[in-house]
Amino acid sequence: MPKRTHRGKTAVVGVGETTYYKRGQSPDAEFKLTLIAIIEACKDAGIDPKDIDGFSSYSNDRNEPTRLAAALGTKELRFASMQWGGGGGGASGAVANATAAIMAGMADVVVVFRSLAQGQFQRFGQGAQMNKISGQMAYTMPYGLMSPAQMFAMRCIRFMHDYDVKQETFRNIAMASYQHAQNNPRAVMNGRPLTEQKYDDSRWIVEPFHLYDCCQENDGAAALILVSAEKAKEFKSPVHILSAASGSEHRAGAPVHNNPTYATSSFTSVAPHLYEVAGITAKDVDVIQSYENFTGGVVMSLVEHGFCEPEEVNEALKLENLLAPSGKIPLNTSGGNLAECYMHGLGLNIEAVRQVRGESSNQVKDVNISMVTSGPMVSPVSSCIFGSEDTL
Amino acid sequence: MSHYLPEGLPAPAPSRDGLDAPYWEGTLSEQLIIQKCNSCKTWLWGPEWICHQCLSFDIGWEQTSSEGIIYSWERIWHPVHPAFKEENLPFIVVLVELPQADNVRMVGNLLGDPKQEIVIGSKVKAVFEKHEDAKNPYALVQWELDQ
Repeated sequence: MPKRTHRGKTAVVGVGETTYYKRGQSPDAEFKLTLIAIIEACKDAGIDPKDIDGFSSYSNDRNEPTRLAAALGTKELRFASMQWGGGGGGASGAVANATAAIMAGMADVVVVFRSLAQGQFQRFGQGAQMNKISGQMAYTMPYGLMSPAQMFAMRCIRFMHDYDVKQETFRNIAMASYQHAQNNPRAVMNGRPLTEQKYDDSRWIVEPFHLYDCCQENDGAAALILVSAEKAKEFKSPVHILSAASGSEHRAGAPVHNNPTYATSSFTSVAPHLYEVAGITAKDVDVIQSYENFTGGVVMSLVEHGFCEPEEVNEALKLENLLAPSGKIPLNTSGGNLAECYMHGLGLNIEAVRQVRGESSNQVKDVNISMVTSGPMVSPVSSCIFGSEDTL
Repeated sequence: MSHYLPEGLPAPAPSRDGLDAPYWEGTLSEQLIIQKCNSCKTWLWGPEWICHQCLSFDIGWEQTSSEGIIYSWERIWHPVHPAFKEENLPFIVVLVELPQADNVRMVGNLLGDPKQEIVIGSKVKAVFEKHEDAKNPYALVQWELDQ
């Protein structure tokens, strides 16, 4: 374990979510959704929302801490942090930033939040409409390469090529999420099971992604309350942060698909830092929530976090290995971004906390170490590891 | 030549800060002109103000070979822009390495049958697709199999 460490220094003491909706179906405005999620997290923790003194989010969340603090009657705003970078690569990074602020004495009660009403603002899955384009996008958009699925498909094709990865392996990732969602009443896809046949028959969005390889577009909000480990002792069920790391590989953002490590999810440099702080390896992880923007990104994330070698994915990621309660690598036990809700991945962090508390709708037995990987293939990406009291 | 994709997609324009004008001028005269560091001679793409190898700001522009190799590809079936009608789908995007320019990569479309089998490692060559009727004429670098 490194000398400077944040292992076990902070804890999640409350989690909150709104109802999750298909995009466009939220009766509430995006800002109100944010408030609801934060207040639910405070209720769960048993604290007064006015005692929050720090806000941490990512991906240019539209709901600014200044407005939130005014609306919530925050007594004093001490920390307002935005993790740079698009996509959900900042979900665990926002947890890391909150941890850093608490450890540094810059704030005492920090809420990590993300709110999205894609029905009220632009959808992620649609290309921007404009007459003219300059800069980096001028080298991709005129060729019809416009949406996130299209931006990441070529990385996954190259990965499949390099390691002979089968389409069925992507299908297993989708099946695991959908199967878990059937036990989760919060999941948007609850009551809509997926079969192998349904996957195979579904239309291509962009090869190698079928419809079911792609995340949903949703409305909702999610929030987690973090405090110091010392303060956490006052709360009923703290879940400890054993490690949180963000970053990306050498020149991951090289323009026009020129990143040297192309056939990766950008985690090869982050994962070693993550484990070093936590003092564990992949073998110690009891359950994992791995961000599905697209299934291929999950496969690469699992490889880069050491769950299997890339040459082994077709065997290691068989469906039965991915299912709670008894699979070898129980994966996306809430239904994840594919089948619970795409709350830019923050729902995965909440599910990871639930697994440690023993409150998941697909509970894995005796969870001590619960991991999240956030936003594969974007930059920066991030991951975090939650632990039970026993891991400290 | 005809255009691979339908009309109505965003038209590329040199960036206002002047970073990449030589590339776009080159394409109009059917030349593949990209960045090369004058100091350490590394080929660079996409365009940037500094060489990521030696951190020199002395970046030049040079013509490179139009020969490439398919590094990856994707076939797009679902439209995300209203310019695409059913008859325009699917279409192919390829990522092409330029072996004579330090393997920098470029994105383009692969001309020909949109349902063709695509093999990573195949040799391709650049084709300049001119859009002379556009308000500000430009050319797109496209790729076809080099038989």
